Amino acid sequence: MNARSMQYQNNRSKIHPKKFSLWVAMGSLCMMFAAMTSFYLVRQASGNWLQFELPSAFYTSTAIIVLSSITLHVSYFLFKKGNTLGYRMLMLASLILGVLFVYFQLVGWDQMNQDGIYLDGNASGATIIIITGLHAAHVLGGIGALLLANLHAFTLPHKVTETRKLRFEMTYTYWHFVDILWIYLLVFFMMTL
Amino acid sequence: MADLKHNDEFLIEEVKFADVMEDGFHDHHHGDKYQSNFITHYIFSQDHKMIAKQFLITGMFWGVIGGLMSLVFRLQLGFPEASLAWLKPILGKWIVVSDGVGTLDPQFYYALVTMHGTILVFFVLTAGLSGTFSNLLIPLQLGARDMASPLLNMLSYWFFFLAGAIMFASLFLSTGPFSGGWTAYPPLSGLPQASSGSGAGMTMWILSLVFFVVSVLLGGINYITTVLNLRTKGMSLWRMPLTIWAFFITAILGLLSFPVLVSGLFLVMCDRELGTSFFLNEIFVGGQALEQVGGSPILYQHLFWFLGHPEVYIIILPAMGLVSEVLAVNSRKPIFGYQAMVLSILAIAFLSFIVWAHHMFMAGVNPFISNIFVIFTLIIAVPSAVKVFNWIATLYGGNIRFNPGMLFAIGFVSLFISGGLTGIFLGNSAIDIPMHDTYFVVAHFHIVMGVAAFFGMFAGVYHWFPKMYGRFMNDTLGKIHFWGTMIGAYAVFWPMHYLGMAGVPRRYYSFTTFDFSSQFAETNQFITIAAIITFGFQIIFIVNFFYSIFYGKKQTTRNPYGATTLEWTTPINAGHGNWPGGIPAVHRGAYDYGKGGREYIPQIEPVSDEEKLFDEEHAH
Ligand code: HEM
Ligand SMILES: [Cu+2]
Repeated sequence: MNARSMQYQNNRSKIHPKKFSLWVAMGSLCMMFAAMTSFYLVRQASGNWLQFELPSAFYTSTAIIVLSSITLHVSYFLFKKGNTLGYRMLMLASLILGVLFVYFQLVGWDQMNQDGIYLDGNASGATIIIITGLHAAHVLGGIGALLLANLHAFTLPHKVTETRKLRFEMTYTYWHFVDILWIYLLVFFMMTL
Repeated sequence: MADLKHNDEFLIEEVKFADVMEDGFHDHHHGDKYQSNFITHYIFSQDHKMIAKQFLITGMFWGVIGGLMSLVFRLQLGFPEASLAWLKPILGKWIVVSDGVGTLDPQFYYALVTMHGTILVFFVLTAGLSGTFSNLLIPLQLGARDMASPLLNMLSYWFFFLAGAIMFASLFLSTGPFSGGWTAYPPLSGLPQASSGSGAGMTMWILSLVFFVVSVLLGGINYITTVLNLRTKGMSLWRMPLTIWAFFITAILGLLSFPVLVSGLFLVMCDRELGTSFFLNEIFVGGQALEQVGGSPILYQHLFWFLGHPEVYIIILPAMGLVSEVLAVNSRKPIFGYQAMVLSILAIAFLSFIVWAHHMFMAGVNPFISNIFVIFTLIIAVPSAVKVFNWIATLYGGNIRFNPGMLFAIGFVSLFISGGLTGIFLGNSAIDIPMHDTYFVVAHFHIVMGVAAFFGMFAGVYHWFPKMYGRFMNDTLGKIHFWGTMIGAYAVFWPMHYLGMAGVPRRYYSFTTFDFSSQFAETNQFITIAAIITFGFQIIFIVNFFYSIFYGKKQTTRNPYGATTLEWTTPINAGHGNWPGGIPAVHRGAYDYGKGGREYIPQIEPVSDEEKLFDEEHAH
């Protein structure tokens, strides 16, 4: 054990401080998207707000990111059980699905452009592009974490240590977070647009 | 009952703590790498105590820069006719010399006002104040080895440094730094062509603030996690010193409000670079209509003040925490109404999120909605008054030691009352309509936030200087500094109320062309002279600070003030990890002063049987 982890010996709660920090950070990110969506509502209420259909790619991407959350979580169970092959394959699958999600977001923005909805056009389309773009940026952060997790999965011997469990748990916590955030945004757009 | 001597013995070097929490920190040789060379010890340090000093000294640097800027624009306001040609070597082309008379470029005047506000609010009173003391005191007063993540803590400082470097560089742009006010309202912020500072200056301003927010968030995440997870044995939340409560709630406020600012700045950036029209609508620049239509600058104001109002409490709450602690220690009395103090911090923090529109009474907000904000705004006066009452009650009948830290703490209370009262004026929308954007507002927020937060910071620096450097600052110089600043600050800001009530608007370059305001020429001169003198007194502080680091009176006992809290149980100049053995456990709250005939009882002392009896008797 090194000095860093020794320091946590006086940890008072059940949750590891690093994981706790992650939760705090996610709370902070929620405020950012709350600000964005309330901006959306207020801007919409002030008029000059064109209505349009959400691009179909957004629904595909929704299915993809939900699936990726499931594969990642199952991968975690297999990791704990010691099923190396399953753990690795599902880990890889989650990464691929994550990248696919971003790809379908790109397709979605392209579909919007083809329908004549541009970033520098009416505020309704612009706001949605900006918010989904901001969300995609946070997904990219999650993909970074998944890349690292894949690297660990494929290069390190499969050992269930506390540190690796913690890392994995933090990875899927954040991944589920961007997943749920996306569902929130989608439902929000569907209800308000 | 034991007397004072007993207390001292309890804390001298060799004595073992009554009870320690063994965390095995020293059992494993972990080769404190970061202590071993200059770079990792002084520069990329992960020790919270060193990071605190980095925040403080960087904050002082910015304080001097921001302060000097205000002197330049005060010269313009106080002496509009005087030649500023002598400033040309420093300010270069921003001083226009014709016929030997140098005048300040009006555009640069706005840039100075904007930079002064931005620097003081964010770099000095947010980073310099809460960065310094949260870092220094959270681990020390809670009994933790360090922050939850020393690495993120280090990054927090370096993001702040980066933010500062970018802002500093923007001062040297040929088009000048951003000049649209510290609140960065569009269209001045949203259109690169709106003014010369709106181009590259604004881009750098946004970049700098985004890095600054990253710094605040990294710091805040750490503070919250440390407070909730790494307290020593026995340190329940209700035994935490008020300093810690204040830093803790401040961090939560920051985490909830700064992301909203980032959203707003992000949208401004889109308007600037991507041609969106979130905040822009039918604007003509140089006779040309812009394409952007349909946006609303008011929406930006909502996003900004949703951060902006909590931000003022992010500045003042840490100062309140420091003041509470310094007042109790130096009155030798328990803080009056500890629980009420905590609850009022919580109430202020909660209310601070639902009053933002009081900055927008004149922005065309529906008057009925304004009324709701008036009510919430005025309710803030209640928890504020509770705190003021409790500070005064703490002083009442105390055995007061008038050292510089204590003087500044008392000064804080005075300023907070004066500035809080004018807040109540402004909180009423009917009164705010004529007052808005006048010098009355400038007077209000400088007294209640600017100067008061500085006083909290000074109280903290004088009081905890030994904790940082193992030496004391000079007392006499400290007292001179206090009286100069106290009288000086009132001399600067008190007259501004009269200007404001007469309707003199803020942020104007010159008033000489209007009859109603030209009558204040002498008042403005007086303010400028007072500002220069007050700045001079701050030099005494800076000299005292740096001189004392090397030559100040040495700290010889662990607990020079006879304080109860844990930071005074570490060795003088403690190393990384703070306590050489186990961490002392805690048995009581932080304010056992004058209890049962004893001057003070440290938090680490177990409750004796006599005391239990005493407590029971007094419970009825
Ligand atoms: C009793 C409590 C307070 C009330 C009712 C109050 C009310 C107000 C109101 C209504 C304004 C807007 C004035 C205008 O622009 O027309 C204002 C401005 C301001 N207040 Fe307060 N205030 C209070 C305490 C504080 C405290 C404690 C701080 C900071 C620590 C503070 C900092 C500021 C600042 C910075 C501004 C001006 C921002 C700007 O326009 O540049 N106020 N206050
Ligand atoms: Cu406010």
